Amino acid sequence: MSVEFLVNALAAGLLIGCFYAAVTIGISISFGFLDIANISHPAFVIAGSYAAYLLNQGAGIDPLLSGLLLTIPFFLLGCLFYDIYFHAFEQHGREGLSGLAFFFGLMFIIEVVLIMIFGVDFRYVEAGYLNSTWRLGFLDLPLRLLIPSLVAVLLFVALQLFLSTTFQGRAIIAVSQDPSALSLLSIRPRRIKRLAFGLSVASAGLAGALLIMIQPVEPSIGREYIGRVFAICVLGGMGSLPGTLIAALLLGVIESLTSSYYGPAWAPAVSFTFLLATLTLRPRGLLGR
Amino acid sequence: MPLFSLLALIVAAALFAAFLAIGNEYLFFAGYVVVQYVVIATAWNILGGYCGYVNFGTGAFFAVGAYATVALHKLPNYSENNFPPVVAEMIAAIFPLPIPILILVGGLLSGIIGLLMGYLTLRLRGVFFAIATLALAVVLQTLVVNWDYVGGSRGATILRPQTTSLFGMDYIHYLFGLMLLLAAIGIIIARGIERSTFGYGLASIRDDELAAEAAGVPTLRLKLACTAISGALMGMAGAPFPYYVGYVEPNSTFSLIYAVNAIAMPMVGGTAGWLGPLLGSLTLGTLQQIASVTISSEASLLLIGVILVAFVVLAPRGMLGWFDRLRPRRRGMVAAGGGH
Repeated sequence: MSVEFLVNALAAGLLIGCFYAAVTIGISISFGFLDIANISHPAFVIAGSYAAYLLNQGAGIDPLLSGLLLTIPFFLLGCLFYDIYFHAFEQHGREGLSGLAFFFGLMFIIEVVLIMIFGVDFRYVEAGYLNSTWRLGFLDLPLRLLIPSLVAVLLFVALQLFLSTTFQGRAIIAVSQDPSALSLLSIRPRRIKRLAFGLSVASAGLAGALLIMIQPVEPSIGREYIGRVFAICVLGGMGSLPGTLIAALLLGVIESLTSSYYGPAWAPAVSFTFLLATLTLRPRGLLGR
Repeated sequence: MPLFSLLALIVAAALFAAFLAIGNEYLFFAGYVVVQYVVIATAWNILGGYCGYVNFGTGAFFAVGAYATVALHKLPNYSENNFPPVVAEMIAAIFPLPIPILILVGGLLSGIIGLLMGYLTLRLRGVFFAIATLALAVVLQTLVVNWDYVGGSRGATILRPQTTSLFGMDYIHYLFGLMLLLAAIGIIIARGIERSTFGYGLASIRDDELAAEAAGVPTLRLKLACTAISGALMGMAGAPFPYYVGYVEPNSTFSLIYAVNAIAMPMVGGTAGWLGPLLGSLTLGTLQQIASVTISSEASLLLIGVILVAFVVLAPRGMLGWFDRLRPRRRGMVAAGGGH
């Protein structure tokens, strides 16, 4: 194989890795900081994709713009689901079995509803710039991949800054470590957790709009992302955002190389191998606390 | 114990006789699916309900059983073209294997996979096991899609004989009877576990794993045994499936619906004992059959999802929990059994 082929595969892997980071950051917040195993997160991402599709087809709104707009309703949705979760499970200490079943059911409902409304055809969005490609020498940078990746990095940096510099962001990091100490500072842990969960679902809405820019979407592809996002989250180290970014880039590159050299049908197996290897060899992850 | 086993077998036999007496073919087709879910729900609950570990990979374990059958079914044809004639003749003499053997093979394979999965992930917190099982389904599906011998993504067609050599019975009747027997055996196993030291060990893990470990319960060994038994039963439920549908392809065999039903049925019935999954699978299974005939199959899927979420949020102890409320005396028993 030629060097050009390898370089292009690497570049595509890095770009898709940035996007994976945007999908995973919500999980890093909900699972890493709040200890809520929200396995319906990828389903929210797909719901975001379809919302962007509707806005694009119906009103001709640019998918990037609709991605930003979607963060608001998705944030509120996240707050609502956290309240349900809190009242039904967290309050009674029943997070384990029932909480997992709850999110699993939610994921299934979202998928079935999307199938009932849109069917199983692939849907995509249109925007003028999505079809052009930048060429740097032999390196191809398709804008439909480049732009979402840049936005993903921006989202990532913004959330990282919010978490590490603002009062509320630091409270989110603290709530996972010691909720009672937080109460002593007269901050209600529940309110902080609701904010964090809302942010996590809001990021899913934006990531969904990015996803449908990158590739056509159908309801069941969310399932492929479950293995991916949890592999990235665990490999990066629970509750470490820099770790999440590194792990996402790593997975993106390895998947891209796998599908370039062995065919795309094998790509889904990569993330699972990643996940299982991490859980077995280094459950703390790369940069785990 | 023996009395209960006898009773379970008698009930299964009586049901079989009743179905034969009614003689409606559709009833056998629908009944097979419902009884298959009794096995699956019972199997899931052995790990989920007794031990507190959530398995999202029911579809994978089920499909391992189903694809083991497909692989063995294709062997005589394959050996004729690829193996030396002596070997091919030997294989042709033994095959096709009777379904009870296939069930055992499927169960064995699924059990081994459960054991391996458990060995890799059960040392960690339960949620990691749950996520790993979810990913297992994706990866096994990838393997099957890329495995040409069993048809890849195109799927495989299996011609079902009209009748069995056994009393010349109709094949669907035969499959239904086997599934009923499997369900009875599954329930007997589940109830046996519930009332054994093994079961008490599992309950202690579910309630407080750290305390169990400190008290000297060999937690990892118990969890591994539990995962293997549960996985094996799911694989056994899947083994006759190719003969029942006649055409197997990865998407429908690895379908999420098995995982959803496996969780929903015990959750709806009640996860504390063997009765919950039975009640849940009979109710939801029948409801699903009716809804998919009268409304649409998508609607029946949606129904299951909504019922699962509603029960988990509003009635965490399932339908059996309702009876607890009606009879306050029983609450003491449940508390003593250490359920929630």
